[in-house]
Amino acid sequence: MLLPSQIEDVIAANLDCDFIEVKGDDGTHFEATIVSPFFEDKSMIEQHQMVYQALGDMMKQEIHALSMKTITSEQWKKFNKL
Amino acid sequence: MTENLKIKQLIDDNQVLLFMKGNPKFPQCGFSSLACQVLDACGTKYETFDVLQDPDVREGIKLFSNWPTIPQLYIKGEFVGGSDIIKEMYESGELAKLISQD
Repeated sequence: MLLPSQIEDVIAANLDCDFIEVKGDDGTHFEATIVSPFFEDKSMIEQHQMVYQALGDMMKQEIHALSMKTITSEQWKKFNKL
Repeated sequence: MTENLKIKQLIDDNQVLLFMKGNPKFPQCGFSSLACQVLDACGTKYETFDVLQDPDVREGIKLFSNWPTIPQLYIKGEFVGGSDIIKEMYESGELAKLISQD
């Protein structure tokens, strides 16, 4: 069965992340929070597309659904100061 | 190519169009259901296309938008996003703004 940690590894291997957390224990539905400096100045569509691209064929085969929250490094810094 | 034309035509012909699994009364997936709930909450009129009825559109739409999942929302010919983005834009008020803009 596909584990959240496996998805974290694949995303992190293909997209430079400051923070990544994937949850989900049914093997097909997952929820991800991803922080990357590369999200800066990108639209939400582009940010999600970058994550899908990092996952490549996994998105077509193993993963039925990946709900995600993408955050830029700058937003993340502000968020952590609160 | 013909599939692309069909998709383009669908998007051009409908102001607010949701490609989904099932229909608003009987959504076949939680994320499609969520997308419908959000559009209902916006009080907007929208059309839906059930990709489960058309395998070519189901695959074609993913290539068209470079987006691997369903649902997909299009407003005035533009790809808006999947269920996460639709929900976030609804919560921030951006979605209502986008729909009401001329």
